[in-house]
Amino acid sequence: MLRVDTLRLAPLPPLSFEVAGGECLAVEGASGSGKTRLLRAIADLDPVEGLVFVDGAERGEVPAPQWRRTVRYVAAEPGWWSDTPRGCFAPEGMDTGRLDRQLDHVGLTRAHLDREIGVLSTGERSRLAFVRALQGEPKVLLLDEPTASLDPGSAALVEEQIRFQLYAGRIVLLSTHDAGLAQRLSHTRLKLPKPRVVLANDAGAA
Amino acid sequence: MTYVSLTPLDLALAAILLVVTAGLSLAFRLGLERTIAVSAVRMCVQLAAVALVLKLVFESGSSLATAAFALMMLAATAYEVGSRQERRFQGAASYLIGGAAPFVAGLIASVFAVSAIIGSEPWWSPRFLLPILGMVIGNALAGVTLVLDTITIAASRDRAAIEARLALGASRTDAMQDVLRRGLKAGMTPILSAMAVAGLVSVPGMMTGQILAGADPVDAMTYQVMILFLIAGATGIAVVLAGLAAVMLLTDDRHRLRLDRLTTVSKTE
Repeated sequence: MLRVDTLRLAPLPPLSFEVAGGECLAVEGASGSGKTRLLRAIADLDPVEGLVFVDGAERGEVPAPQWRRTVRYVAAEPGWWSDTPRGCFAPEGMDTGRLDRQLDHVGLTRAHLDREIGVLSTGERSRLAFVRALQGEPKVLLLDEPTASLDPGSAALVEEQIRFQLYAGRIVLLSTHDAGLAQRLSHTRLKLPKPRVVLANDAGAA
Repeated sequence: MTYVSLTPLDLALAAILLVVTAGLSLAFRLGLERTIAVSAVRMCVQLAAVALVLKLVFESGSSLATAAFALMMLAATAYEVGSRQERRFQGAASYLIGGAAPFVAGLIASVFAVSAIIGSEPWWSPRFLLPILGMVIGNALAGVTLVLDTITIAASRDRAAIEARLALGASRTDAMQDVLRRGLKAGMTPILSAMAVAGLVSVPGMMTGQILAGADPVDAMTYQVMILFLIAGATGIAVVLAGLAAVMLLTDDRHRLRLDRLTTVSKTE
């Protein structure tokens, strides 16, 4: 069970909601409305006031690295810190058949792990990051636009894997502009209001 | 061997070369003649002031005056490192790291040198401590400037990679290790190159000075080698101190990357 209690993401009103195990919450809203900031706040990647509980433990009570092993944020544009994806995977799980299956499920092979990051397409990198996030079996997946950079075929594969994670009892929060994806996967939909355009600074700039 | 003292007339003769340069600037309409004049006068005033102050400090032989001069070096170092950063930390942190890291490292190396190696009496004797401290800090400062610049720029550029590691459960030291390593390497490069080419490309300034002042070249070399060891040691300490401080400031105790603590400074030449 994930419980968010009065999370303050200005200029939004304080957010409170609950998502049970095996359920998916879709976060929708225009660009700049705070979808990414909400997911990052739950993963404790930005300092944001408010309480976030997973199975009763509040995020501030748990050491941050341990929290993020349970609550896994996957950025819309994933980062890589080595020449090939292999260097960005924990070495423990590398030789298991499980990783092979996970790669296969999203249309990738083990060979993709040894290609240069720069040679991989945006969609391949996005799917590799998705598989990378599944390692260590986090309880909560925070997926920032998981299918935005994918062709329809790959998007369907990833969607199926998200559903599989829900069957396994995991909690999934995903931000998306794809109303169809939100409708098919989510049990609850959270619509963030349009950001108000602030013109206060423009007057002095010219 | 004798020490040839220079008269103001000798300096005036040397300045002829600078006048020629200014003349060339006029001829080619470079517009640099004013800058040349200002820089030359400024250099003379600065060096004269420092020489006079040093003379006073040496003659007084007072520990207080020595400490005051060292503190002035600290302030100048802090300003020099802090103001050269392309991305500065909010508040005074860049100046604090920039002053403290070279100064602490310089102090360790210089005090070690005067007490254990040179054995001057008393150990803080300004004639030995201050020139060594100045030379060591001056070099450590260059290293620290590079470390801070490299780390703040690399952390901003590699934000996605660092945050991906954090999101997968890495600690802040693990997530920042590549950035830190790159910073430390950058900071150590100048002194390592300086040691590698010492004497081949240029005879170091101090050794030149000693030889001109009548010292035996082998004696001058011995001093120069000691100074280079001190500089390399102090630069290493300063670079590590500054690098660790920068990594700690760029992250917080919840292992988040805090680029919001940086301000971008528009570089004006």
